[in-house]
Parts: sequence; structure tokens; C-alpha cells
Amino acid sequence: MSASTTPLLIDGAPRHDDQHGLNGHSHVGGRTVRSAPVESHLHPIGSADLAHHPVPSGHEEIWRFTPLRRLRGLHESVPLDGDVTVDVTAPDSVRVSHLTGAEALAIRGISGYLPGDRPAARAWHDAEQTVLVDVPPGLEFTEPVAISVHGDSIQAATATHLVVRLGAQAQATVTVSQTGSVTLVDTTEIVVGEGARLTFVAMGEWADDAVQLAYHHVKVGRDATVKHVSLAFGGDLVRVAATAAYDGPGGDIDLLGLYFADAGQHLEHRLFVDHAVPHCRSRALYKGALQGKSARTVWIGDVLIRKAAEGTDTYEMNRNLVLTAGARADSVPNLEIETGEIVGAGHASATGRFDDEQLFYLLSRGIPAEVAKRLVVRGFFGEVLQRIGVGPIVDHAAEIIERELAITGM
Amino acid sequence: MATLQIRDLHVSVITDEAPIEILRGVDLTISSNETHAIMGPNGSGKSTLAYSLAGHPKYRVTRGSVTLDGEDVLGMTVDARARAGLFLAMQYPVEVPGVSTSNFLRTAATAVRGSAPPVRTWVKEVKTAMTDLDIDPEFAERSVNEGFSGGEKKRHEILQLSLLKPKIAILDETDSGLDVDALRVVAEGVNRYKTQSAEGEGVGIMLITHYTRILRYIHPDRVHVFAGGRIVESGGPDLADELESSGYVRFVGAPAAAL
Ligand SMILES: Nc1ncnc2c1ncn2[C@@H]1O[C@H](COP(=O)(O)OP(=O)(O)OP(=O)(O)O)[C@@H](O)[C@H]1O
Ligand SMILES: [Mg+2]
Repeated sequence: MSASTTPLLIDGAPRHDDQHGLNGHSHVGGRTVRSAPVESHLHPIGSADLAHHPVPSGHEEIWRFTPLRRLRGLHESVPLDGDVTVDVTAPDSVRVSHLTGAEALAIRGISGYLPGDRPAARAWHDAEQTVLVDVPPGLEFTEPVAISVHGDSIQAATATHLVVRLGAQAQATVTVSQTGSVTLVDTTEIVVGEGARLTFVAMGEWADDAVQLAYHHVKVGRDATVKHVSLAFGGDLVRVAATAAYDGPGGDIDLLGLYFADAGQHLEHRLFVDHAVPHCRSRALYKGALQGKSARTVWIGDVLIRKAAEGTDTYEMNRNLVLTAGARADSVPNLEIETGEIVGAGHASATGRFDDEQLFYLLSRGIPAEVAKRLVVRGFFGEVLQRIGVGPIVDHAAEIIERELAITGM
Repeated sequence: MATLQIRDLHVSVITDEAPIEILRGVDLTISSNETHAIMGPNGSGKSTLAYSLAGHPKYRVTRGSVTLDGEDVLGMTVDARARAGLFLAMQYPVEVPGVSTSNFLRTAATAVRGSAPPVRTWVKEVKTAMTDLDIDPEFAERSVNEGFSGGEKKRHEILQLSLLKPKIAILDETDSGLDVDALRVVAEGVNRYKTQSAEGEGVGIMLITHYTRILRYIHPDRVHVFAGGRIVESGGPDLADELESSGYVRFVGAPAAAL
């Protein structure tokens, strides 16, 4: 990247692949469009005011991939007064509070988060309590803070609000396991203090009928290191919007994700990293597999490097493995750069069946086709699993993947 | 004693448009304990020959035959060719993310040998082979070829050669991208395998290269000049010396025009 006068660079090409052939489509890099400054959806301005968020029609950029009719009215006005159980198991010195009333409301937005769309704005007002997990400064935990979210019914829709806060120099792992049947809008605000280190894992193991709209926002403190992981396996429709912003230079976030969509499932991830602070780093690595009729995944990776964010280093990658015909994966990386003074910025996206070259390499060593395919598929997921680094979660995710692969006979 | 026989081999590369003919009648016979150097300019089809023998799906054989000890190689699947004793050290080895090198090596050895090697001897065998090739043991835990430097990838190919013990080895520019020290290590690796296998059935080697420098370490019995998709001249080691001093000028253009 070379310096130039306020360039606006939009780099991104929507890609979708209906898979039938053996080869699929693969893409590295992207179309780079130098354009006159245009209104960009990468400059979202949130608002808690519901009046700012009309009912979407489905044509909006942020909704165009999501089948609204399957949202059970979450994007309209259905009451959010149902029940889910939120349990937190944490070491003693981690403070866990279940805030209600004015206290619950007062803390919302502590991460800088503001609702960006209607369901988010509704949840902001309607979530009955705010669960606050507060890790005091300087404390280091190896034992994870384990949060479980469980629902028993899809009938009454509901909303939750979780705040995870790590004090300066603290170190913790927080896991959220999500099970059962829900119609849910959940907001998670994550505040990572100066020099703190957090691994946050959301594991979605919903029942087949669950509908979830999740909003995660991470504020990455100065010199803080964050690993944010989203694992999406269950549910009828799951849409996770994960956003990140920096509070000071030296911040570093890894956004990792795995998803596995079966017949009829819609699993969507929308990432947005807002680089507005110099010398911060972001990496996104999401991998997904699809199998069965109408299995559908969407991955949107938006990265904005604002004028002030000199020295930014960012790279995002999404790979999708289409195991059977009739499944569809969309993958849209978007990179918008307003300064040339950066360390690096890039993205890669590929969707297809097996990587023919990888398969050929293994076959050419005498490894039979079935074994080679297994190796490649497990390796495909293994690359993400290796980086999660939370043993029990990794083992559990690996088990789920084995179960999923058994469906296709692998 | 093994013999690879290539007869009048014509191969096209499959592209998005019409297939393009690259190999235009290759004839070559390689037997155990013979080393054949194949030398030719960029784009002359050397890798195409190597990949076609290994069975890469991108290439289609349109005419000719390839047999290994009389068995039809072209009728075999890619993995069956390897199990029959063919090995290709690739010019550009492929990265396989998430598959550890140790798992890969063991799976390949199990397939080629017909049964899983006993763990204890296997571990020792791999360790020795890695030490011989100056490969850090830490590589065993890394994903196959992922993040390996060019030279490390080439050494990893020769590591596989020594573990999979083929009857016929095709080395596609194993020397390119290596510094002098790495070249020596890799060449010694190949020679070690030649010597070891000579005690048994022996190995036939097809050494594809641009440069004569590797031939100072791995001595060819025959040198073939490859141009325009076929062998245009064959000779003894002297031919390599001529190529060294005069280049390919004499061979390029004329044979293609003659077609
Ligand atoms: N997909 C393709 N589409 C069109 N042409 C191709 C394709 N793949 C290979 N070729 C052409 O086939 C020819 C032979 O390529 P090959 O890689 O076999 O050459 P080579 O002798 O190995 O070259 P080098 O010395 O550079 O390794 C080249 O002209 C190359 O451009
Ligand atoms: Mg080549």
C-alpha cells in the first residue's frame, strides 16, 4: 500500500455459489474498485431509538441474505417476553450480577455498542435483565467462565443482554453454550481492558427449531488481545453479527468461526471490524461446510480502515466446503481503506467442493480417495480448531463435526 | 527390476476453453538403477509429463501408452499408481492445512506398504530420515507444507521419497529454489535412496531440471533434451555439458516446426 491523498478503496465482490460441479469456485484476492466516495454500508451509525429502525423489507443491504419470513416477527413487533435460562459458572473472584430495571438499562452500551437494526434495538429495550460478568483487573484465570443459555420453547420470543468485562491486564476465557429451543435476540457486549487477554467462545448447539439473532460487540482495549469464536451448528435460522472496535493502539483481535449447515438450515455470520485507531491488528478466519438440500450459509466480512488508523494490519479469510448438491454458500469480503499508511490489508474467499490440488497431493502418495477426503475435510476444520485453543470446546466441536460428517457418509 | 515404458504419449491440458495439446509423442524407457535427466526450456512440457504420469486430473492423455512392468499405468487411479511404485516429487508441493505432516506420512506409508508400520520402528525411521535431510523434527507437527519455505518443501518431498521407497521416482525441479547447501543435502538424500534401493530392486529416476548444477551431485546415465512437448535429443552425460555451454537454442523452434 502506498500513501496517496484520501483514497477510498472498496474491495469486495459478492460471491455466491450454487454447487453442482466438482470444482466449484475459488477466489483469492478480490475485485478492487477505486471509486468516488460513495455512501457505504460500512459506516453504520447505531441508535437505541426504535423510531430510527423501521421494519425491514428484506431489500436492505444488511438483510438481503436473510429470509425474514423465518424470523417469527423478531424484526417486526412480536413481544419479546418469553423465557430462556442463563446460568453462569465462574471462579469466585469473578463478579457475576443479574441486573434488572434501571441498572440493567444503564450499563447497556458500555462497550460503545448501539443497535444497528430493528431487532437489536427492540432487544435493547425489551431484554429484562443484563447479566454482567466482571473480571477484576490483573486477575488471570485458566478455568473458563462457563455461561449456558437454554430455552425450552420457540413459542414466546425473548431477548437477553450479556456484558463481559475484563479489567486491565486480566486474562480469562469465557464460553457460552447455547442449547434448546428459542426464538431469541441476544446481545453480548465485550469490554476488554488495557493489556487484557480474552478468549470468548459462543457455541451454538440449538435444537432444529431455534431462531436466533445474535449481536456481539467487542471493544478491544489498548494492547489487549482478543480471540472471539463463533461456532454455529444447530438451529433453523441463526444470524450472528459480530463487530469489533478498538479503544487504543496495539489492540489485536482474532475472529474465528466454524459452521456446519444441514438441509434447510440458514447460518449467517456478519463481521465488521472498525479500524479507527492506529497500529491495531485484526484477523478473521471462518470456515463452513454445507450438506443437504437448501442448506444455506452466509458470510459477510466487512473491514473498514479509517483515515486515522495508520499502521493497521488486517486479513480476513472465509472458506466454504460444499459437500452435497443443492446447498448454497455466499461469501462476501469487503475491505474499505481510507488511508494508505497501513501494514497490510487483504482477504480471501473460496467456496467449492474438495480442493482438487490437496486431494491430488494426498492421492499421489498412495492414500486411497476415501481416506484422502477424510483427511482434507478434517484438516479443513482442523485449521480453525487448532487456533481456538480451548481444549474441551475443541474436542466437543470436533465431535459435532464427526457426527455431521457421518450424515454424508464420511 | 522395474521398467517404466512411455510410448508415443500425447497429452492435452484441460482448460476452460478447448484442451491444449502439450505433449506430442514422448518416448522414454526408464529401468531400475538408471537415472535419466530431462532438460528443457520453460514451458516445454516437463511438468506436464510428470503430472500425466502421476495421473493429475487436469491432463488428458489423447494417445500413447505408459506401462510399469507391463501393467497399464494410465488405467490406474492416482493412488493406485503410487501404490504400484510411482512417486512424483512435485515442482510446487501443495499445502494441506490442518493435516499434520506426521499423520500424513504415516497414512501414506500405510497405504503404500499395505499395512501400518509398527509404531516404534516407524517413529525411529521418520526421525532418522528427517535428520538425514536436515529437517527440524518440529516439522512433523506442522501442517503438510504449510508455511514451509521453498527449500523446506523440496526437502519434504525427498523425505517422502525415502519413506515411500518407490520403484520409479520422478523428481520435477527438485533443485530449483535451493541454495548450494540445501541442494547438496537434497542430492545426498536422493543418492542415499539410490544406493539403499540398489541392494534390492533398485530405483529408476527421472530427474527433471533446468540446470546442470544438480547433475554434479546426482549423476545421470542418460540426458534427454525436452522441447515442444517431446524428447528431441538423447545422449550421455556429455549432452548436459553441451547444454551448459550453449543452452537450448539449437533445440528450440526447429522440432516444433517439423511437426
Ligand atoms: N491450464 C493451462 N492453460 C493453458 N496452458 C497451460 C495450462 N497449463 C499449462 N499450460 C501450458 O503448458 C505448457 C507446458 O507447461 P509445463 O508446466 O509442463 O512446462 P515446464 O516444462 O514444466 O515448464 P517450467 O520449466 O517452467 O517448469 C506451457 O506452455 C504452459 O503455459
Ligand atoms: Mg515445470
